[in-house]
Amino acid sequence: MSELYKTAVIGDTASVSGFAALGLSVFCETAPERIAKLIDRLAASDFAVIYITEPAAALVSDTIKKYRSSKLPAIVLIPAVEGNTGDGMRALHESVEKAVGSDILN
Amino acid sequence: MARLNVNPTRMELSKLKKKLVSAQRGHKLLKDKRDELMRQFMALIKENRQLRTEVEAAISEAGRYMAVAGSVMQSEVLETALMMPKQEVELEVGEKNVMSVYIPVFSPKFKSADTSDIYSYGTAFTSTDLDGAVSALSEVFPKMIRLAEIEKACQLMADEIEKTRRRVNALEHIMIPDYQETIKFITMKLSENERSTTTSLMKVKDMVLNKNHNFS
Repeated sequence: MSELYKTAVIGDTASVSGFAALGLSVFCETAPERIAKLIDRLAASDFAVIYITEPAAALVSDTIKKYRSSKLPAIVLIPAVEGNTGDGMRALHESVEKAVGSDILN
Repeated sequence: MARLNVNPTRMELSKLKKKLVSAQRGHKLLKDKRDELMRQFMALIKENRQLRTEVEAAISEAGRYMAVAGSVMQSEVLETALMMPKQEVELEVGEKNVMSVYIPVFSPKFKSADTSDIYSYGTAFTSTDLDGAVSALSEVFPKMIRLAEIEKACQLMADEIEKTRRRVNALEHIMIPDYQETIKFITMKLSENERSTTTSLMKVKDMVLNKNHNFS
């Protein structure tokens, strides 16, 4: 399988508009139910990676959890323009805790 | 430990012995799988953490540039500048098998190979901060792809490790002891039966001898 897939960025306008210049598909959404629907739609079509800003991800954590164990798409948290909330790192620690049984990174 | 609910027959005994052997074999294999997965997972997690720190720093940096650009330019001009991207990126998605966990491998395909040819606007009406933001983002983009790949791998492997660990524990603490105990139970029951047959035979023999020859 070597189809070509696309990459999406979801978040508020200020945080994500820069990615448009790189040729990524940019979606500016801030309403939780719309983001959730958008992620479902993108996952069903040919998007392999979805970058989502931390504040936007916090609104739709259930939807993100749903795609955690499926192979595609990979949903990656990135910091928004207003600063790093540490949610992305926290997700990493969760993975470690799940695998090892306790958080050994600290 | 609970004994399995089976009839104490030789048939069951030999079946259980076979099951015990395959359970022990499976246990050993799964334990090896868990250890190897864990080893690879730890290496990945380390890389993941470092990569995430780098990517987060770079994106925050680009965000700062973008904020400045947004403040010195009108939002319409900014939007127009970014509306028609020159660069296009598509991902080729491969697959890698790590201890029977299928993890995706992304390789980006850029439309224009020239990394300096990414500015989708003339420089006359835009702030230099926008250039800074765009170049910072394009620089970090390969790392972002790698981060996506590695983070997905970590998530999938964490799931698999958890599953494997449960299986190892179930085999080690429940199934194997159960089999062992049941085997012991059947063996005891069978030898008990044997003894009881021997005793009754001896008794019968005694009785017959007594009747025919008036012994004792």
